[in-house]
Amino acid sequence: MAVEAPLTTELLARFGPLKAYPTGQRIDSSVDPDRLVKTHCCFCGQQCGIQLKVLGNEVIGFEPWEDFPFNRGMLCPKGVRRYLQGSHHDRLTNAYMRDPARPEGFRAVPYDEAIRKTADEIQRIQKEHGSSAFAELTGASLVSEKTYLMGKFARVCLQTPYIDYNGRLCMVSAAAANKKAFGIDRAANPWTDILESEIVWISGANVAECAPITANYVWQARENGARIIVVDPRITPLARTCDLFLPIKPGRDVALFNGILHLMIEHDWLDHDFLRDHTTGFETVAEHVREWTPKKTAEVTGIAERAIRQAAEWWGQAKTSFLMHARGIEHHSHGVQNVLGSINIVLASGRIGRLGCGYATITGQGNGQGGREHGQKCDQLPGARDIGNPEHRRHVAQVWGIRPEELPQAGVDCYEMFRKVETGEIRGLLSISFNPVVSLPDSNFVKRMLEKLEFYANIDFFLSETARHADVVLPGSQQEEDEGVVCSTEGRVIKINKAVEPPGDARQDWKILQDIAKALGRERGFTFQSPREIFEELRKASEGGIADYSGVTWEKIERQQGVFWPCPATGPGGQPIDHPGTPRLFEPGSWNPIARGAGPFYFPDGKARFNVAEYTPPAEEVDAEYPIILTTGRVVNMFLSGCQTRRIGPLVDQYAEPLLEIHPQLAEQLGITNGGWVTVESRRAGITIRAQVVATIRPDTVFVPYHWAGVKSINQVTIAAQDPVSHIPEYKVCAVRLRKAAEPEYAHRLEPQQ
Amino acid sequence: MQPVEMEFFMDPSRCIGCQSCVHACSECETHKGHSMIHLEYVDRQASTQTAPVVCMHCDSPTCADVCPADAIKRSGDGRVMTARKPRCIACSNCVLACPFGVPKMMTEFDLMMKCDMCYDRTSTGRKPMCATVCPSGALFYGSREEIERLRQRSRPINQFQFGQQRITTKVNMMVPRQSPVEHVDVTAVMHEPPVGTPISLNLFDLKG
Repeated sequence: MAVEAPLTTELLARFGPLKAYPTGQRIDSSVDPDRLVKTHCCFCGQQCGIQLKVLGNEVIGFEPWEDFPFNRGMLCPKGVRRYLQGSHHDRLTNAYMRDPARPEGFRAVPYDEAIRKTADEIQRIQKEHGSSAFAELTGASLVSEKTYLMGKFARVCLQTPYIDYNGRLCMVSAAAANKKAFGIDRAANPWTDILESEIVWISGANVAECAPITANYVWQARENGARIIVVDPRITPLARTCDLFLPIKPGRDVALFNGILHLMIEHDWLDHDFLRDHTTGFETVAEHVREWTPKKTAEVTGIAERAIRQAAEWWGQAKTSFLMHARGIEHHSHGVQNVLGSINIVLASGRIGRLGCGYATITGQGNGQGGREHGQKCDQLPGARDIGNPEHRRHVAQVWGIRPEELPQAGVDCYEMFRKVETGEIRGLLSISFNPVVSLPDSNFVKRMLEKLEFYANIDFFLSETARHADVVLPGSQQEEDEGVVCSTEGRVIKINKAVEPPGDARQDWKILQDIAKALGRERGFTFQSPREIFEELRKASEGGIADYSGVTWEKIERQQGVFWPCPATGPGGQPIDHPGTPRLFEPGSWNPIARGAGPFYFPDGKARFNVAEYTPPAEEVDAEYPIILTTGRVVNMFLSGCQTRRIGPLVDQYAEPLLEIHPQLAEQLGITNGGWVTVESRRAGITIRAQVVATIRPDTVFVPYHWAGVKSINQVTIAAQDPVSHIPEYKVCAVRLRKAAEPEYAHRLEPQQ
Repeated sequence: MQPVEMEFFMDPSRCIGCQSCVHACSECETHKGHSMIHLEYVDRQASTQTAPVVCMHCDSPTCADVCPADAIKRSGDGRVMTARKPRCIACSNCVLACPFGVPKMMTEFDLMMKCDMCYDRTSTGRKPMCATVCPSGALFYGSREEIERLRQRSRPINQFQFGQQRITTKVNMMVPRQSPVEHVDVTAVMHEPPVGTPISLNLFDLKG
């Protein structure tokens, strides 16, 4: 029974989160490292190159890696301080089992005993309730070799359809829309194309805080003469000096894109040759946007009509452009529609597939791109293959040495999995690298469902807030303790290199998985000796798929400083080739395995698809009772659920606790003062935090970052509405009310990061 | 061939306030655990604007001029160094006098510490830590040719007027390429017509 361990001082003292600062040999100027290990940051999808300073079995600092082309030594504060996650007081160096008799809630057990217990519980639950009663939740911070093995483990070892990953909270709206419009799910261009564009359009992306290195590309484009358009409910650091700022009301992005397309058609700012030769469906979309006059667009989006006209004029008349977006337009119950709307204005301009003509979603998680390519998404198999496609099933089954009919069909998204816990269909869970009690919306529901599980095993290197519910905790590895590949935001496959060994009983996650398989007596297909062996099988499994890695080798990655997929091992005629990779998709005359020469897009006719992008309001509109829009996001010093960054002292100190951003007009109405306490509550729950009164947010909207847990977690308040196609949750809009509050009880009991 | 001279350029308009420079500075070998960079919001309630401040490395450093113990030295190539530990008497004269507000009194060591442009790194051909990591190019270290090629909208200046004091610095500040550099004299807006140095503020249109 996965009942949460109470938040005692003993639990906090043993497992944290406690703050780490440089001490010992990390602060001693007379100490030199043994070696520098070239690798990449463990945090966001930019995957900046970095060198770790290693002394013995400890990472003692960092040195910029100026030769890596994406970031050329640049790092954000998370990258600078990332090394402090190693040798951390809170680090799990033992396996643990839940022990309610102990004040800290857990007792250390021998590793083998924890594996045995996990295997026994999997067997018991599957025997009593069928194999699909056991489920797996995974993460997009893992290297692709692990994500591949996680998918294979669920389908082959556990024989359950129920696997999904935290990329579900990240990029699935963009992925789904990209597949509908282009037939492939990847950033269309390398970031160097930003530098060559006349217009950079940024919708729903706080680039400066969530993808800081991209800020330099945007600024450099502007130095080269580009105009920058930012669409956001807040004046983000990048919006402060942009050329045109459109302060959109949260949840109305598709209306803006439709309004822009309306003006492009009205003024004939269209590339007719491109529309005719390379797209289908334009007429239907043109008909649909006829109603989106500037007046109506302004009414719905809350943006002045003249600003919309100005944006359309600049966008419409440009010769080159780069449109990028992130979670701001994707985290919606109509996130896919928002993204399709943005793609429509790109296709209408004809500016894609050429130098300086680009489109991309900015990946959130470290391996956000790679993490959804090789089979840990509930409906996908390796190579971005479709689990419902008989031909795809045959290929992967053959690589895995099983019959296609043995492969389970598609499962459900990670939130739906918790609903299946409620109905009793799912009774046991294994999770890794995912902290849903902080990161999923309406998180009190998630906590209740965890408590309903008959058995829950958690693999991680810190005891996350979700792991406090676990019956068994298995000590996994940090990024720097293992090797493998990830795919960066650009679609560049790069190599994570090992700097140190896991401490104590902790071990590489793929070994833990294989130990469970062995304890279950189902080790066939789980006897890899190294990540390289796993990668070699991944290459075969991806061969011929859209995300084709068959021509990618670790050596080629090192030689070229990354390889952009697709990178097939064989040419169109089946002859072996040495493919350099594909930095820019959709180039005129390019070949892909779907179009087979018919055109540059990944459909049989080689043409891109216009899709009608329909505006519907958010799932929960404001009303008299809950009159204010709540939107959520990140701050620059924190990452995701904060499981790592809330343990790094200098990062915590930069911005220690969540603040509610509120416009002075609204604050004055409610008697809320800068630095004063405020309760923000929705129909689901409320939290009390401090206010930050700023003129940089729309007066009808408040913003709270989501990296904190427990009483400070805004995801207790957010809504579990999801997009019908991508199943992404609507983190960016729900209805709340605010009131001035007294200092909460936790203020003296908990440290800021706890 | 003569090595290309590398210079430090600061562009506050590019600053995104991420504090990467502050963190990286305190990871530097010579002063681990202590950052020599100031990075503040100008007025967070009004704007997200932030401004980074590193030592400007003046040709004639005011901090050294006012030091009663002669603890602040300038290197041969024009870097103004942290106070010398044996000499510094922790009087804070330099902290008060620096027109850019750079020196920090480290009370735990009774020592004034300040940015020395990563002397340990730059003297061995590397870039200063802050200008290497800065993700938005607000802090940049490179040749004059490079900055002219990369920053077409702006130009570097290194002369500043504080009252009667004219200061020339080793560190450059990027300003808009087209705008004239104006020095603000409050008397200019006290009289009509102005008697001081003419200035243009958004508050008044002096030309009527």
